[in-house]
Amino acid sequence: MAQVGLQHFLVVAALLFALGIVCVVTRRNAVAVLIGIELLLNAAGINVVAFARYGGNLLAGSAFALFIIALAAAEAVVGLALIFAIHRRLRSVDLEQTETLKG
Amino acid sequence: MTYLSLPDLVFYGVAAVSVTSAAFAVFSRNIVRAVFSLLATFFGVAVIYGMLAADFVAVVQVMVYVGGILVLMLFAVMLTSQIENVERSNPAGGWGFALLLGIAVCVLLVSVAIEAPWRQVTPPAEATPTTVALGEALLGPLVLPLVTVGLLLLGTVIGAVTLTRRRNDPGVN
Repeated sequence: MAQVGLQHFLVVAALLFALGIVCVVTRRNAVAVLIGIELLLNAAGINVVAFARYGGNLLAGSAFALFIIALAAAEAVVGLALIFAIHRRLRSVDLEQTETLKG
Repeated sequence: MTYLSLPDLVFYGVAAVSVTSAAFAVFSRNIVRAVFSLLATFFGVAVIYGMLAADFVAVVQVMVYVGGILVLMLFAVMLTSQIENVERSNPAGGWGFALLLGIAVCVLLVSVAIEAPWRQVTPPAEATPTTVALGEALLGPLVLPLVTVGLLLLGTVIGAVTLTRRRNDPGVN
């Protein structure tokens, strides 16, 4: 419990990243897999901003984090649209059952 | 023994809340509760951005994640998952391999984060607002990535509409 420094932020990001990986690997509901991906992206954002602040160039890190957030939003929209399309066709969002590509 | 200062206490509290709620979101059997617990995670990450003096990123995090992505996920969950059937709403499998992988990644990242000799400068004690500087950077040297992200978002909107529209809707075509 020392004074908060770069390492503390990195450890929090590492924990979030590990949780996100467990979520992506175990869940069979496609929305839950997207939740895991959002956790991974949040961990990456914390890392980028922490390195930027303790590396002396906060502005570049902030801009990078903004682009990460924008890409995460785009990814979530396309992913959820795909989930809707799959649900309309298969009546299920279980990833074990989505094994066909041809419409 | 030195006493923790108030910002340090806030950091430990916020970090505990975000990691705990993220763990709840990962391990919960009810997908609706998982999405709602993600709310606390996103707010916690926003506060962490704030503690890193990235004020604009913190506000954008709240607006985009909590105001956009989380609401979208709630709609998706309630429209697609069989949420009244808790046992079937959020199935999981392969715990052994996943936990092994998660623990391995966690140990690796944490040990690297603590052991590595990061080249650091002491951050300025007083945080300055970043919004003006960010705006000038985004419309100056970073204008190409900004416009690219704008095009990407346009493509995203078109793609989402194309994917979700009904094929035999008489109003379309």
